[in-house]
Amino acid sequence: MTAALSLQDIQPGFADPVYDAQRIFRRLMDAMARPGRIVDIDADIVPPVPGLEGLSAIALTVLDFETPVYLPSGEMGEALSGWLRFHCGCPVTTDPQEAAFAILSVTELLPISAFNSGDPKYPDRSTTLLLACPALEGGKQVSLTGPGIKEIAHIAPSGIPDGFWNEVMGDRSQFQLGVDIIMGTSNAVIGLPRTTRINEES
Amino acid sequence: MKNDVSAEVESSAIAVRQRAHGLIAKSPHDMVRDLFDRIENLPNIKQVRPTDTGLIMVRGKVGGDGARFNLGELPLTRAALRIDGGQVGIGYVAGRNSDHAELAALADAMVQSETWSGVLEEKVLVPLADAVRDKKTENGRKAAATKVDFFTMVRTRKEK
Repeated sequence: MTAALSLQDIQPGFADPVYDAQRIFRRLMDAMARPGRIVDIDADIVPPVPGLEGLSAIALTVLDFETPVYLPSGEMGEALSGWLRFHCGCPVTTDPQEAAFAILSVTELLPISAFNSGDPKYPDRSTTLLLACPALEGGKQVSLTGPGIKEIAHIAPSGIPDGFWNEVMGDRSQFQLGVDIIMGTSNAVIGLPRTTRINEES
Repeated sequence: MKNDVSAEVESSAIAVRQRAHGLIAKSPHDMVRDLFDRIENLPNIKQVRPTDTGLIMVRGKVGGDGARFNLGELPLTRAALRIDGGQVGIGYVAGRNSDHAELAALADAMVQSETWSGVLEEKVLVPLADAVRDKKTENGRKAAATKVDFFTMVRTRKEK
């Protein structure tokens, strides 16, 4: 049973839900079609968690009543929970296996294997991770190959914990299953769909 | 766990909001707008969510144990806004009139605010309650006028 929603602290979402959501969705498609490319997201919203403009706008775009979302416990999760429930009407789940989307910060990650990597019959039912990073540049560099990448692409998001890329590749070894990842900051995202192969550079 | 007292206070606060909401949703938009226009210095409002119109499925049930069935779709407009004191009001009204829904939301926010609840009660809710009551009496009177009294026939038949 979910508690009644307290409306007092709810901030507005998109000013124009239809056009704003379409604009953000277009950017998100570009990011997923060109893995590793840093795509700008001009969110133009006041997110419930400061610094989470980009991912909050994506959440407003993709979430609805059919997409259970996993949120971390703690302040970030609580602030997002009321806001998303009000604007998207999405169920909030505490079970990562049930989640269609999960919003997480790199500072409090769960093992990738905790999330739903889909069913062999319905691989599309896997969880999509929306991962908040401090920055999309300046961290340890990894190289990407796969569909949508001409030869090789490099990304270096900062704040990624050790062993994270290994976990992701472990998850992707069961292709066509696997979680899709969207890494984001306040104004940009990188898409890492499950087709992208990631190699750590030594 | 809530104790009984706080639960009671909460349910009475809900009842107050329900009454205000019900009166506005059941009254014609023109009348509500007119009453609000007579209030000076209405609180400033900021929309929390743009007012939008959608369809809801009205479901019915015959008797207490009948199976539920879809009666039909009803257009519904909803609004959510915040007034100066920080109170958030939500309004749902049947139809496509967004101003009506916004007034319902405004009333919902005002009824939760100490500064505004008195003004709202006096200038809007009391006149609306009167109008709703008059309408009900009028309907009752009209219906009563069409009542056919079979009393005499029944008694005549029973008499020996």
